[in-house]
Amino acid sequence: MSRIEKRFAELKAQNRPALVTFVMGGDPDLATSQAIFEALPQAGADVIELGMPFSDPMADGVAIQLGGQRALAAGQTLRGVLGMVEDFRRKDETTPVVLMGYYNPIYIFGVDKFLAAAKDAGVDGLIIVDLPPEEDEELCIPALKAGINFIRLTTPTTDDQRLPTVLKNTSGFVYYVSMNGITGAAIKSRGAVGEAVERIKSHTGLPVAVGFGIKTAEDAAEIGRHADGIVVGTVLVDAVGQSLVDGKASDKTVSAVRDIVASLAAGVKRARG
Amino acid sequence: MDNTGINSLRNGPDEHGRFGLYGGRFVAETLMPLILDLEQHYRAAKTDPAYQAELKDLAVHYTGRPSPLYFAKRLTEHLGGAKVWFKREELNHTGSHKINNCLGQILLAKRMGKTRIIAETGAGQHGVATATVCAKFDLPCTIFMGATDVERQKPNVLRMKMLGAEVRPVTAGAGTLKDAMNEALRDWVTNVDTTYYLIGTAAGPHPYPEMVRDFQSVIGTELKEQFQAAEGKLPDAIVACVGGGSNAIGTFHAFLDNPEVAIYGAEAGGHGVDVENGHAASMTGGSPGVLHGNRTYLLQDKDGQILEGHSISAGLDYPGVGPEHSFLHDTKRVTYVPITDNEALAAFQLCTRMEGIIPALESAHGLAEVIKLAPTMGKDQSVVLCLSGRGDKDVESVGNYLGLL
Repeated sequence: MSRIEKRFAELKAQNRPALVTFVMGGDPDLATSQAIFEALPQAGADVIELGMPFSDPMADGVAIQLGGQRALAAGQTLRGVLGMVEDFRRKDETTPVVLMGYYNPIYIFGVDKFLAAAKDAGVDGLIIVDLPPEEDEELCIPALKAGINFIRLTTPTTDDQRLPTVLKNTSGFVYYVSMNGITGAAIKSRGAVGEAVERIKSHTGLPVAVGFGIKTAEDAAEIGRHADGIVVGTVLVDAVGQSLVDGKASDKTVSAVRDIVASLAAGVKRARG
Repeated sequence: MDNTGINSLRNGPDEHGRFGLYGGRFVAETLMPLILDLEQHYRAAKTDPAYQAELKDLAVHYTGRPSPLYFAKRLTEHLGGAKVWFKREELNHTGSHKINNCLGQILLAKRMGKTRIIAETGAGQHGVATATVCAKFDLPCTIFMGATDVERQKPNVLRMKMLGAEVRPVTAGAGTLKDAMNEALRDWVTNVDTTYYLIGTAAGPHPYPEMVRDFQSVIGTELKEQFQAAEGKLPDAIVACVGGGSNAIGTFHAFLDNPEVAIYGAEAGGHGVDVENGHAASMTGGSPGVLHGNRTYLLQDKDGQILEGHSISAGLDYPGVGPEHSFLHDTKRVTYVPITDNEALAAFQLCTRMEGIIPALESAHGLAEVIKLAPTMGKDQSVVLCLSGRGDKDVESVGNYLGLL
């Protein structure tokens, strides 16, 4: 059983959704980002998505664009992100870590080389925004062979006819994007999200996590009633940005993220309570 | 396809949208169903006589096709070698080849029932062509344009606004074409139900590279016939500038299976391909990668981060290129060459003074290659340039460079 499967199974037994947190790897600098990363499990994160910064994040809103720019300006590389996971794993053997980003840096790194390094570092899964099932041969199939989960995004435009195609090689969990839009936009209808989650669940036994537009503990509690996990990213990356003084990390940077995660964790705990 | 041979270079793309290694559909899941739908609608339109007839009628009466094939007599004498010809796409309505593609796609958007159009633009030529067809077909449109480009292409910004388009300046990155395309993609993902993304170049996710090429192929098809009528043979060489590469692929496609015709694509060499991040020559100075929905040659660093690139020409200032060009580069069917800012400026002035034609800075890159080629060729030979756009939009920035203002 992979770390991801194990974690979702444990939470199912506890009858609560997973809190999945996204932070950008290397934002605002490597050392601060590592401290944020390592503080997340203690603050209540059940699964961690670590962003691999990319110069052209076509599916991201301004907050995550800026987070990626800060990381790149501080010298972050894909190798650097893998190093962060390696360091994290020395202290935490159980929290699943999923790398999220875009394909080109991996393609340039070399797919096989990347998968081997990711496996060694202790990466559990990948979410690659610009690799739909039509391009499964590129990275999805090799990742599955290497023993790394490939987590697929499904969206409101993914209808019942297409869902099986999208779910076919998905593993770990399914990431339902709550709206047609970019990260950080406002969620329109929580009710519609619940229906969509039920629809996806009728096609798969995998856990379904919902992301995009979840900002508060109330959102987390409401969406978490139906979903097996809720994903929060923009508010955390935004908190990093807000905490900076003259563009540099301050003594509030780590705690700002930690406090929001703690509040969201309280939200998911009362989701079904 | 209208060709048959198994070894034809004109058979691409395959059913996965690939030209060899290049192309594909590297997009977010939100867009995937739409792209598949678009492909279906395009296949249906392609074989629908009513659609083709409407497009043909617009080409003749709205665009002014066929565009003339013009013998550049003084330039020929000056260069002292091959006869120099221009395929005059700059005489089209809106002043460039871009209208050919916009008309094809707007008819498609109507067929698909879309109610809003978005587009990206660099030099503003595609933005103007899009705003034009949106005015004609009464659809609201939003044009994404890098803030730097808004500044250096003011006349086109004004034209777009007068045509009723909303011009949204993009300040992310260096504020050029790549950033405009990112922002257009973000808008599209958000408004996918109502919105049609009218991509201006032969790049992006499948089926765009194929579709845009098909709409632009009228350039090469006409040119072939016109040259045959004038000289009773095929030209010895054809030349076009390459940014994303839509006028180039439109010019080249009809000649790909005629190996006796040498084909040259002029990339933006900027300050020189040896200058780091000082050019926009993705094939002669870049490497394969994945961006904006397709695999193709890109300007990127060793970590796969995309570089901004530089060119004096806002229309060539893009760190990628259409995937079919990448394929033609690898197979060596087309020779891609970098042309520097200074070479393009010199060509711009020569053309203006000798032929009384002010070319777009983009097209001046192609002309600079013609200026190099013609003297090396025999007087009984011919080289044809696709004069893709007119330079009215560039007079201010060229005037600045030359110290005339």
